[in-house]
Amino acid sequence: MATAIDRKLWAQWQQEIESAPPPAQPATTVSGMPIDPLYTPDNLEGFEYDTSLGYPGQYPYTRGIHATMHRGRLWTMRQFAGFGTARQTNERFKFLVDKGQTGLSTAFDLPTLMGLDSDDPRSLGEVGRLGVAMDTIDDMRQLFSGIDIGKISVSMTINAPAAVVMAFYLANAKDQGVDWKKLRGTIQNDTLKEFHAQNEIYFPPEPSVRLTIDVIEFCTRQVPQWNPVSVSGYHIREAGSTAAQELAFTLADGFHYIDQCLARGLNVDEFAPRLSFFFNAHNDLFEEVAKYRAARAVWAERLRNHYGATNENSWKLRFHAQTAGCSLQDKQPQVNLIRVAYQALAAVLGGCQSLHTNSMDETLALPSEHAVTLALRTQQVLAHETGVTNTVDPLGGSYFVETLTRQMQQQAHDYFDRIDGMGGMLSAIDRGFFRREIAEAAFAFQREFDVKHKIVVGVNAYQETDEKPLEILSIDHTVESEQIESLKRVRQSRSRADAERTLNAVRHAAEAQQNIMPALLEAAEARNTVGEVMHALADVYGRCDSAVV
Amino acid sequence: MENRLPLRIVLAKVGLDGHDRGVKIVTRALRDAGFHVIYPGLWQAPEAVVRTVADEDADWLGISLLSGTHMTLVPRILQLMKEARLDNVGVLVGGIIPEADIPKLLELGVARVFGPGTPLPEIIDFLRSQGSRTHA
Repeated sequence: MATAIDRKLWAQWQQEIESAPPPAQPATTVSGMPIDPLYTPDNLEGFEYDTSLGYPGQYPYTRGIHATMHRGRLWTMRQFAGFGTARQTNERFKFLVDKGQTGLSTAFDLPTLMGLDSDDPRSLGEVGRLGVAMDTIDDMRQLFSGIDIGKISVSMTINAPAAVVMAFYLANAKDQGVDWKKLRGTIQNDTLKEFHAQNEIYFPPEPSVRLTIDVIEFCTRQVPQWNPVSVSGYHIREAGSTAAQELAFTLADGFHYIDQCLARGLNVDEFAPRLSFFFNAHNDLFEEVAKYRAARAVWAERLRNHYGATNENSWKLRFHAQTAGCSLQDKQPQVNLIRVAYQALAAVLGGCQSLHTNSMDETLALPSEHAVTLALRTQQVLAHETGVTNTVDPLGGSYFVETLTRQMQQQAHDYFDRIDGMGGMLSAIDRGFFRREIAEAAFAFQREFDVKHKIVVGVNAYQETDEKPLEILSIDHTVESEQIESLKRVRQSRSRADAERTLNAVRHAAEAQQNIMPALLEAAEARNTVGEVMHALADVYGRCDSAVV
Repeated sequence: MENRLPLRIVLAKVGLDGHDRGVKIVTRALRDAGFHVIYPGLWQAPEAVVRTVADEDADWLGISLLSGTHMTLVPRILQLMKEARLDNVGVLVGGIIPEADIPKLLELGVARVFGPGTPLPEIIDFLRSQGSRTHA
């Protein structure tokens, strides 16, 4: 880094800036972090290229986890899909595969995400609405019928019942004669962030984490190419956190999972290479890029120095990004296309491994085909027309971006200290620490919005008086009854004795604190429902259904 | 001299929808503005919401929904309110409600629908302009 600074010229600039009118809106990031008018070598004291930054593909990976990054291989464009019954989503999957998509990403409906069956009274109106309904292994079989799961990578976004759904997936693979060692994909399986932000909660925190670890442990040994957890900041950010909170809480969750795996006797280098991450891509371009860069450096440092990992793949933080759903507006929804494009740019400049771009109509409904196509095209333009893939980490070395990256790292470490000071992750959850921090940040942003310190185009400025609504996808209301009927048929045709016997085995395994996966696989084969298995687990683990505020 | 008790408002998340960013912000803003706010947390059944409204002697009920189930759950709550003779309690809906559904909700008796991006002062001003329903 150049360090010589001509103080006289600097003082002259300083004088000019002081006499200039202040900005109409305070110069802060979307997270409220104040930004200086200019960054210079002064901001990077002690910054040495080799030790502070280094090369992509080398520790601490600030510049990216691969030597050539997107110049060598583009990120995976992976769009999330799922609606209605397994049959309908299967048709959509086949359509996507025909279009050349190389990975599938499954959205489940809210009852499934909450561990409830489609015929549960609480599921009323929700079946198949926001994703695909999944009650038994029959639905899993239908979902992937005619798709070679030994070849395609499959992502499943599910958390509280992740172990149960993973068992459905593995049992189905076995039935199809697909070797588990060939299976590639990701299950989100991140129960901690449910307590911080997303609220798809079934069991109390401690057994929730136990289930997460059961999946990691089982997959490490039996499904070696699978990513058994996607440690997620996305939902923390959607709930209103700052970028630094998203970064810090997500990595802290990751560390907690590592600690639990180590307590089971796993070696860090056995499982750490398969831990994956999921971050938000929000509006503030440079703050987001700094967040991703900081995430890689903090993770690598902790894995190498604290956990003593020696496998380089354990040090590399791999992440999927999704553009910020919470930034989409229902006013002038076409403007969302532009927001998504800038957010996607941030994720790509930040070195993501895969990316989902939201569709412009997603605040209103599941996306229409037209909107989904434009979202995918946004990534294709970025990849092939803008030139951003030509060089690795193009923002590296910027006084501003390097300063922000450092600040992000510092803020993450400050949060780690606070969490440790509260007695660790579960104790901090118990005290409501994460929820309070996030709610404070969300409220602070709302205040800034209300006084127009933060402008949202089309919402608190540049409104249109006469807007034409977008055409949105409407959901077929026969889905719910169709799904309930097929669930009824499963209940009638399965062996009741097998169903009960395997559920009892689930209870015994939970009581004995054995890895739950073998018992869940048997329960899956016996065609138990998600709701029934979750109930059996709750007999041992207890429920967390008291009011969450 | 003003001698009125603060308006009492129950804010409710019904069904399985876990999106609580908005409702928590509104809870805090209304409380800061001097309203008496009761927020019982996530996953309330329609029956439980109506019981809370009765028990708390509320003037207003604000229902927050972002999962698309408003046309199932809001009519159900309104029906239960009627049965419990709570029709004098004003009902607001907040969250993601497609434009086409707003007139249907108003027709059913909802007083106002607040979409995403509503400035907090707008909600506060609306409630103040309405005065107290039960104690007026």
